[in-house]
Formats: sequence, C-alpha cells, structure tokens
Amino acid sequence: MNLFRNVVFIAAIAGLVAGVVLACMQAYATVPLILKAEVYEQAGGGHSHDHAATAATDTTAMSTAAPAEAAAPAEDEGWAPADGFERFAFSVLANIITGIGFALILVAVSEFAGGIGNWRHGVFWGLAGFAVFTLAPGLGLPPELPAMPAADLTERQIWWWATVAATAAGLGLIAFRKSLPLAILAVALIVAPHIVGAPQPGSYETAIPEGLHHQFVVAVTVTNLVFWLVLGAVVGVVRGRFTGTATSLRDSFA
Amino acid sequence: MTTASVSLGASVSSQSRFMQLALAAFLGIFVMGFVGFSHIDAVHNAAHDYRHSMAFPCH
Repeated sequence: MNLFRNVVFIAAIAGLVAGVVLACMQAYATVPLILKAEVYEQAGGGHSHDHAATAATDTTAMSTAAPAEAAAPAEDEGWAPADGFERFAFSVLANIITGIGFALILVAVSEFAGGIGNWRHGVFWGLAGFAVFTLAPGLGLPPELPAMPAADLTERQIWWWATVAATAAGLGLIAFRKSLPLAILAVALIVAPHIVGAPQPGSYETAIPEGLHHQFVVAVTVTNLVFWLVLGAVVGVVRGRFTGTATSLRDSFA
Repeated sequence: MTTASVSLGASVSSQSRFMQLALAAFLGIFVMGFVGFSHIDAVHNAAHDYRHSMAFPCH
C-alpha cells in the first residue's frame, strides 16, 4: 500500500493548507452573509432552523470569536455548536476534513492521468476541480442562504452528485481522449444535467433580499475558485518534493 | 496527452496501482459525503456554515 500511503500523505498536506485558507476566506466573505440571512429567517418565523434563535444577537461573532451565550438548540434539530467560537471551530474543522477529502479525489484521479507535476500543472487541475464541484452544480443549484426556498433535499443531493459525475466524465474525455465523437459525447455529458434540470422549489418566495443572495453567490464562487487553485498548486508542490521526478511530468498537460 | 505512469510508488503492478488509487478516491468521496451530505442532524449542524459556503444542498 505504498502508493496509497503516498496519496494520503500528499492529500493530507494539501487539504490542510487549502482548508485553512478556505476557512479564513469564508470567515470574511460568506459567513457574515449567512448570519445576516439568519436574521431574516428568524424574522420570517416559518422554517425552523438550528441557529436562528441566537443569530440576531450574534451577527459579529465570527470576526470577534466572542464566546456565545449558552447554546440554544432548536427544539427538534438535535445538537448544534454554540454560536461564536465553537461554531467557527467546527466550520474550520469541516473545511480541513473535506479539504483532505477533495484532495484525495484530486490526487487519485490525477495519478491515473500521470500525476500533477508542479504547481502550475496543479492550477489547471484545480480549475477542473472548480468546474466540476462548484461551477457545474452551481448553475442548477446556486448557493443558498438559510431561509431560501428549496426543493426536496435528497433530490437536490442526487442531482448534485449526478452533475458532478457527468461533468467530471465530460472534462476527462475532452482532456484525455483525442477523438471527435468522444468530445461530442463529452459536451453532451456536461450539458445533460442542465437539460434534465435541477429540482426546483414549489415557490420562490423568500424573505432574503435579492442583493444579499447575489453577494453570497459571488462570494461562494470566488472563495471556491481560490480554494481549488490553492489545493491544486499545493498538491503539485508537495508531490514534486515527494517524488523528485516532477520535471519529467512538467509538460504532460496542455 | 501522454500518460506518464510512475512517480508515486513506482514499483507497484498496474492492477495494484489501480486498486490503491481507486481506494484513495473512494475514501475522499466518503469523507466529503459524510461531512457535506450526511442527513444526521448533529453533522449537519456542525458543518452548517461550511455546507452553505460550499453551495452543497442544505436543509
């Protein structure tokens, strides 16, 4: 399991670095918008939500890391981290863990194609990851703020995974097969999920202002782009140091 | 697109190589799926801001 161990090692370092970078960007770019939205959610009353109870009094918690008042978990939604530092800490943890998860996928898939040779090479792989995991599913299911209407969760998750798989397969065919019919098939694969269409909510009515949502969509897209570029670049750097044979792979892509 | 094999664990057979890479990829998908897509309330609540910030389907 030598190879497996190496892949995990590289993914752990890259995921840790990119996850911490992403968590920092989120603390400034996306989380304040989520907290704002929770104020609307609470004002709207309707949909119950775990953090709504304390959000109104704690909108600056992310930047100040102030200890929150005693956790006020909603009646039926189980345990939730207390607002403030605890909530931030769990977000950082989630970022690092999934960063390593994304990195495992990225490193394993890129090894099938010869491996990421250097940081520039990694940036291209990162762009592909961004297109597969953020751009494509985000077209049909734009980033949502709390209190926004949405279709059934399981249906959306299925559409999300199917779109990711189809887009990844399509990009792979375009990048690594030199045949025109396969390239056409690739385009069809990339387009298909959007023709099928993402599950839509019954009604689009929401208390969230259009401007706030637009800001959030931009913030999510840009932070994810940077995350993927950093992830790819770090994989390239670490792998190059690790193998010492990076130079032979330098020009294998594009 | 020449596929230069080698580098990480150069000496493994191609079948073992495939299995190990597939295992790593599945591990990554599992980790991501658990943190980002699990329906368990506590996991959802802990990673709530993260899920929204990644545009994962939430709620």
